[in-house]
Amino acid sequence: MTVELRGNFGIYVHWPFCASKCPYCDFNSHVRHKEVDQFRYAAALIRELDYYAVRTSGSGRRLESIFFGGGTPSLMDPRVVSKILEAISCHWSIDENVEITLEANPTSSDSLRFAGYRSAGVNRLSLGVQSLRDATLRTLGRQHDAAEALRSMELARLVFPRLSFDLIYTHPDQGEDEWREELSLALSLAADHLSLYQLTIEPGTAFYSLERSGRLVMPLEERGRTLFDLTQDLCLAAGLPAYEISNHARPGSESRHNLIYWRYGDYIGVGAGAHGRFFEKSVRYAASAFRLPETWLSMVEKNGIGLEQDVPLSPAESGAEFLLMGLRLVEGIDLDRYRRLSGTNLNPERIASLEALGFITRHKDGRLAVTVEGRAVLNRLIVELID
Amino acid sequence: MAKLSHIRNFAIIAHIDHGKSTLADRLIQLTGGLSPREMKDQVLDSMDIERERGITIKAQTVRLRYESETGELYILNLIDTPGHVDFGYEVSRSLAACEGSLLIVDASQGVEAQTLANVYKALENDHEILPVLNKVDLPAAEPERIKTQIEDVIGIDASSALMISAKTGLGVENVLEAIIKTLPCPQGEISAPLKALLIDSWYDLYLGVVVLVRVFDGRLTKGMRVRMLGADVAYDIERVGFFTPKLVDAEVLSSGEIGFLIAAIKEVAAARVGDTITEDKRACAVPLAGFKPVQSVVFCGLFPIDTGDFESVRVALGKLRLNDASFNYEMETSAALGFGFRCGFLGLLHLEIIQERLTREFNLDLIVTSPSVVYELVLTDGREIILHNPADMPERTEIREVLEPWIRASLMTSNEYLGAILKLCQARRGIQVSLSCVGSRTILSYDFPLNEIVFDFYDRLKSASKGYASFDYDFTGYRPCDLACMQILVNGEPVDALAMLVHRSQAEVRGRFICETLKELIPRHLFKVPIQAAIGGKVIARETVAALRKDVTAKCYGGDITRKRKLLEKQKAGKKKMRQFGKVDIPQEAFLAVVKMGGE
Ligand SMILES: Nc1nc2c(ncn2[C@@H]2O[C@H](COP(=O)(O)OP(=O)(O)O)[C@@H](O)[C@H]2O)c(=O)[nH]1
Ligand SMILES: C[S@@+](CC[C@H](N)C(=O)[O-])C[C@H]1O[C@@H](n2cnc3c(N)ncnc32)[C@H](O)[C@@H]1O
Ligand code: SF4
Repeated sequence: MTVELRGNFGIYVHWPFCASKCPYCDFNSHVRHKEVDQFRYAAALIRELDYYAVRTSGSGRRLESIFFGGGTPSLMDPRVVSKILEAISCHWSIDENVEITLEANPTSSDSLRFAGYRSAGVNRLSLGVQSLRDATLRTLGRQHDAAEALRSMELARLVFPRLSFDLIYTHPDQGEDEWREELSLALSLAADHLSLYQLTIEPGTAFYSLERSGRLVMPLEERGRTLFDLTQDLCLAAGLPAYEISNHARPGSESRHNLIYWRYGDYIGVGAGAHGRFFEKSVRYAASAFRLPETWLSMVEKNGIGLEQDVPLSPAESGAEFLLMGLRLVEGIDLDRYRRLSGTNLNPERIASLEALGFITRHKDGRLAVTVEGRAVLNRLIVELID
Repeated sequence: MAKLSHIRNFAIIAHIDHGKSTLADRLIQLTGGLSPREMKDQVLDSMDIERERGITIKAQTVRLRYESETGELYILNLIDTPGHVDFGYEVSRSLAACEGSLLIVDASQGVEAQTLANVYKALENDHEILPVLNKVDLPAAEPERIKTQIEDVIGIDASSALMISAKTGLGVENVLEAIIKTLPCPQGEISAPLKALLIDSWYDLYLGVVVLVRVFDGRLTKGMRVRMLGADVAYDIERVGFFTPKLVDAEVLSSGEIGFLIAAIKEVAAARVGDTITEDKRACAVPLAGFKPVQSVVFCGLFPIDTGDFESVRVALGKLRLNDASFNYEMETSAALGFGFRCGFLGLLHLEIIQERLTREFNLDLIVTSPSVVYELVLTDGREIILHNPADMPERTEIREVLEPWIRASLMTSNEYLGAILKLCQARRGIQVSLSCVGSRTILSYDFPLNEIVFDFYDRLKSASKGYASFDYDFTGYRPCDLACMQILVNGEPVDALAMLVHRSQAEVRGRFICETLKELIPRHLFKVPIQAAIGGKVIARETVAALRKDVTAKCYGGDITRKRKLLEKQKAGKKKMRQFGKVDIPQEAFLAVVKMGGE
């Protein structure tokens, strides 16, 4: 067994439907007016799990995390969630501390539902709160108000051992004081984890067209930087320091699932548009499924798998991906692992010059990490680091 | 063989889009040069870049056979001419090969920029001008108003101007008839020794070097041994003929005719525009007037952004040179830029065309160093050197005197723009030699330092005169000047490619302008990047590119890392299009911008 295979292993389950499409969102989420046949989808997801069980068998992997993401997985019938978790437990040996997360939207949150997920095995909820201000929620095109979001949070706290929620910031007209106030409130409500995303205008979204036509004006870069810095400071002071660019947790409560991604571990993805990265006979594969739910469904029903792409990664590609993910983490990366994956070393001169500029640092254990200053400009940093 | 009285040689003068190509196609069609099936639109303009920039670089000709109303057979040679001052010499040779010009004016638009400049050139060549109003089919056509305009603005009689529509074909027959009635026939002595003008030459993949000639006296026959008087080399003629526009072989080209010759000429550089071709064993007594050897006016360095591309640049330059003898290159090495080439061009447009072709046709990204004219330096030890590369500038203490090239320019304009033009000339250190008015036209003669006109004077002139001015120049000699070498420092390090020779009095203004321009074009880095202009260690201008403050992907797209990797690959490719100086990446555009504002 190679060293790489002994790493953590996770499963991502994608639910591609939402009740309405948010104007900023470019995730693989679709609104369907006819009712979705959930059990048909469940059957297809389970066929994909069967398929992957074969490809990842005999590797002695222990499953550390399962993540239901979307779209809006809180639209799933709890029985469907339960069936899927059962299928997973038939195929893989599951770590006793397994983290099972489900993303929920306040609009589709009620106690019955939550109880159903909990008894199916979900032990962590990630709630898409997005904002604690009604005006902002309207700007973001959300279907719920702040009160509703707060209610869902309270409910979730009662049902799930662990809870995280998402906020979006750096939207048009957002001032420093406004965000300080909102984030302080959020920190006072936070359980053990928070995801704080700066708004990104993505091609193909409603916000994108608005911005192009000049009807939406994004804050200038300097404001974005100020808000980012402020966020780091407030979270640190509140005991939820950043462990990744946009993720904050009480030490020990980091999302194990996302850590698998960022530590470039092995994971498979089932469902429309889901992605996977895993070793098979010492070759690392990049797999992704058809994005359109109907296409994906018919492919799975026909072939047992809905993959659109399933390609081996070259050492250079794996190396680049490892850096892209690993340097997002405050803990940084192990340079030996980079060498094993990519077959090359990072240029020591570049490291030295970026270190001199204060953007990267070496931890005591030798890991290479990006500083707070560096995290704000990570994309460019990585371009400079590899050549 | 046609009698002189049955030959007409003419050029077409028109502003872009007024219908030159459409009319040429019509004429070819009417006289049966091509079958309808062979007619593909717009036979004349061929090169992409020519099309885009609305200029012709290579002269092209077509021979038409026309049977007149009286049933006599005429040979008409249509010649298409270049249209930019960088190629002024080529234009003058093309016009020298004809006796008349068709002046095409869009009857809805009226006389425009290019038209006027070229009419003036044709008049200087003693051409008879035949005005033709095109597009009379358009509802917006106002032929009577435009006729008056032609008379007022250009100062030629337009009462008998033809009214046509090249598109519908209306009146096009009359053009042919008017050509033989109004334009003069060529003069020449068929029994005299051969005397032919080399109008142009180009390299053809299959034929090798093709030479376009106008025979003035005598006969040019297949198998004849001819001598090019200027180049002083002799060749055996392998083929002669003409274009219809298809290539047609002939036995002979006689006095008055235009056509091509093919001999074992290796490269176009050996067939120089304006040269006189004569028979080797029976040479003409005096060569044709007006032959000028190619003279490079602007020099710059071309270096590949990717040092590994050096060999490809060499090969590409070789290929371009096959077809364009008017630029020169030799290898150059620079400590900062590595291996590249020092190149000489006819002018800035010529430089830009070559650079664009290298980029577009050969896929090469280049650093173009600041262009310069040629200076003469007298050193304190009495030695004289020539200088066109800032890198070669000696220490100030070693220089006794710097001399710069001067030219005498002749400008023609319509009177209403005179004021603006005089102002421009003054701003460019021009010294007026003479000013005379002919009707609504003014003819100016001015002396200028070449440095003041070579970069963007022509563009400025066009805007000052709304295009109603023509411009030509000749070298006159060298005069003293106060020259300095201005360094551009990026992040504290001098960038050789951006160094330039400037007049001390203008250094500050230009330094400031260059710093401002570079500030816009150098991308932001992880640190702030100061940009300075300095002369001899003294900083005269300064700007700063602010540091990048935020560039990070906030979201994680589930496990979709592919998307992030693709983005990274794109960014890396963008970086490859830049060259690193010290720690700073400078894009190709930054160098090109400095080239463009060379004469600011
Ligand atoms: N209506 C009309 N359009 C014309 C006529 N002659 C040319 N055009 C159009 O004018 C445009 C420019 O013509 P072209 O021959 O390419 O102009 P050039 O740039 O002078 O060669 C083309 O779209 C032609 O179709 C004409 O007599 N009548
Ligand atoms: C797939 S969504 C999951 C939550 C659920 N679908 C919902 O919206 O309630 C993941 C998170 O990404 C964030 N997000 C989505 N689009 C974004 C954008 N354009 N810019 C910044 N964050 C975004 C939101 O905070 C969202 O909660
Ligand atoms: S943000 Fe969440 S709810 Fe909104 S469209 Fe995207 S996935 Fe659906």
